[in-house]
Amino acid sequence: MELIQYAWTNIDVLLARTVEHISLVGVAVGLATLTGVPIGIAITQSERVARVVLYVASIIITIPSIALFGLMIPILSVFGHGIGYVPAVIAVLLYSQLPIIRNTYTAINNVSPALREAARGIGMSPLQRMRQVEIPLAIPVIMAGVRTAVVLNIGVMAIAAYIGAGGLGTFISRGISQSDPRQLIVGAVAVSLLAVITDYTLLALQRWLTPKGLSRSAGAGA
Amino acid sequence: MLASMLQRFGRIMVLAAVFAAGAWTYATGFIDEFLWHWPDVQYLTMQHLWLTAMSGSLAIAVGIPLGIVLSRPSMARVAESIMQVLNVGTTIPTLAVLALSMSFLGIGTTPAVFGLFVATLLPITRNTFAGLTGISPALLEAAAGIGMSPTQRLFRVELPNALYVIFAGIRTALTINVGTVPLAFLIGAGGLGELIFTGIDLFDPAMMLAGAIPTAMLAIAVDALIAVIAFLVVPRGVNPNRA
Amino acid sequence: MIRLENLTKIFETQKGSVIAADHITMEVPSGEICILLGPSGCGKTTTLKMINRIVPPTSGKVFIEGEDTSGMQTEDLRRNIGYVIQQIGLFPNMTIEENITAVPRLLGWDAKRYRERARELMDVIAMDPNIYLNRYPSELSGGQQQRIGVARALAADPPVMLMDEPFGAIDPINRAVIQDEFLKMQQALKKTILFVSHDIDEAIKMGDRIAIFRAGRLVQLSEPDDLLAAPKDEFVESFLGDDRALKRLNLVRVGDVVSSDIGTVNPGDTLATALKRMDEYGYQLSILMVNEQNEPVGMVPRSVASLTRGYCRDHFQPLPGTIHMGDSLRKATSIMFAEDTTWLPCIDDNGKVCGQITQRAMTRHLGARFRAAARTATAPATGA
Repeated sequence: MELIQYAWTNIDVLLARTVEHISLVGVAVGLATLTGVPIGIAITQSERVARVVLYVASIIITIPSIALFGLMIPILSVFGHGIGYVPAVIAVLLYSQLPIIRNTYTAINNVSPALREAARGIGMSPLQRMRQVEIPLAIPVIMAGVRTAVVLNIGVMAIAAYIGAGGLGTFISRGISQSDPRQLIVGAVAVSLLAVITDYTLLALQRWLTPKGLSRSAGAGA
Repeated sequence: MLASMLQRFGRIMVLAAVFAAGAWTYATGFIDEFLWHWPDVQYLTMQHLWLTAMSGSLAIAVGIPLGIVLSRPSMARVAESIMQVLNVGTTIPTLAVLALSMSFLGIGTTPAVFGLFVATLLPITRNTFAGLTGISPALLEAAAGIGMSPTQRLFRVELPNALYVIFAGIRTALTINVGTVPLAFLIGAGGLGELIFTGIDLFDPAMMLAGAIPTAMLAIAVDALIAVIAFLVVPRGVNPNRA
Repeated sequence: MIRLENLTKIFETQKGSVIAADHITMEVPSGEICILLGPSGCGKTTTLKMINRIVPPTSGKVFIEGEDTSGMQTEDLRRNIGYVIQQIGLFPNMTIEENITAVPRLLGWDAKRYRERARELMDVIAMDPNIYLNRYPSELSGGQQQRIGVARALAADPPVMLMDEPFGAIDPINRAVIQDEFLKMQQALKKTILFVSHDIDEAIKMGDRIAIFRAGRLVQLSEPDDLLAAPKDEFVESFLGDDRALKRLNLVRVGDVVSSDIGTVNPGDTLATALKRMDEYGYQLSILMVNEQNEPVGMVPRSVASLTRGYCRDHFQPLPGTIHMGDSLRKATSIMFAEDTTWLPCIDDNGKVCGQITQRAMTRHLGARFRAAARTATAPATGA
């Protein structure tokens, strides 16, 4: 009861933090999609390059976010952006690369050879094949990658409150430092709800973007 | 030709950059500062690893049997809904898991281990379940057909065939675990997070790096270690990395 | 017309170069189906795929309608050749209509024209456009999907079609149906078709000509009947199987063997007349009875006619079966074996009797071709 009351009285701050959280993650993953999808498409041309790129991306995603902040702050402070939303957005950008690149790459690579041959056989140029066949078929899997990235980075952004990036993590960090369980729980529940709701929303978007003929056969993830 | 020249050039550039960075840090006295934290790093790394080992082994010990139980045909009706809950669980940020754990269990090692355990448990159970239910029905039918008991089927056919997927789950889970341990500092459990968070608070770059570099290296090392174990343990016939 | 001149493909592998197709030279006249036949790895598929450059040729030339294609843009070339593959390869993200109209859209037809064309093609492949055009490939059965695959290849009305084991993935019953439909369609469309198969029976059924491949070489190019009657070497002979004489039963129509000068009786004739007529025509066992409309109604056995007195209408027995003039000898043989009879009455489209076919006539017809072929085979080989 007390919690609900607390949340209600602070609803304006809660909403502002939520919007902040969403917009930071949204902008960063949006940018990451703009880089990750072309990279994922490009590396289908060479298996060796693909292996290197995916390896590097997987190392990056292995680095714990707080460690990444610890590594970036000294470097970014040289440019005067050590703390705040800049390192957070860069971290989200980096973490998003693996799911987006990998899903794009696998999706395009997994288009069946028969389909590719049919597309070539009826005289589609490489660009037409890409636009009319490969990308439409890859979209659900690419969307699944974007979804993974968003959900992952909602968590990263929560931690980024500690480096002054704002967002819902602020409630948690204040809750801990002020030993205030109300802020702590409200923050934790809010960020969890945000992650779960976003996951479902993006899943719905993914289904909506899936070409109709695929909706029955194609799996959601990759 | 061109590629190999570029490669060599690239390598030289990387070396030069590392050298320049080293020289610069040395010149600014950074390395001395960094080394000043060394005893702390050693102590906190051990604490860090202990937290991981504790929560990780607990999660494996609970997660795999749980996945096995859920994958039994008799559980089919409840398994789907339980997996749904677990799937929702994995989307919850680890910081929130730790925060909630703290708000119910208080401060210290116990809530930290519990929080880490929960965050690690979910991927392991999920992958165990997926690995076991993903086995082709033909294989199970063949195993039953040659007269294996359900237990024999589980240990001789199902688990060996699901092992690759199970290991993938353990790898993901422990990587998340090692990455979450720094946050355990926030609820009073120590670990390398202490250097990072304190470094951020005091704006002490050397301290931040003293925490961040070992944390990053630990995560990469744990990830690689499990990859190696999986490579060795998973039978060759069902190990895509060992064709 | 398709003409291949010294078409060669050499694959460079780590173990050295492999000649997949070795100076293939052949010609398919307009409106004919030529089957490329052979065991796997014989070069038939490589040869086919070099024509639309899915496999780029190492050397040699392809002429379509007399024109050298080496100067054409790859995409233009492919848009003017219909292409059907075993895996069908319908685009799962497109509706049936979008699949069928893929090539017309690539060619920049306006919407009205290609939509009309889609409906036309659905009629050609005997599927209801109102039901299927807006569906997706995953909603269709395998046989239906392959019909759509054929329609897609026909969409821009290309003079030439390449088909790579098009019916190979369809179950035997549907395969026979779709083969028949395809042949009927081909009678109207008269496309020039190259068709890869590894199934000798399919080749005999579908092909106007059959090209046998072995280890990258074209061994023999003949009409199916010639091929079966006169295989060029032991490889071809063994590939055709030791029942090749039986396979020819599929190729010969009842009409080719029928004897039209036959003796019959009417229901009103006496049994004595029947007996006399049997002697006249040399029939050992029985004689056919027809009604006023010249339709077969039964038969009068010699045993009955010689021992009984009366009229045919009171003593006839049911016929074991009849056979249509357009049916194959295979069907005729099958009925004869099943019914333990040595002759069958033959009927035309209206069900009127136009002769009969006997086992003796069949064996004589087939044997004559084999003897003739054996004579020409010893003479220097020509053509092919």
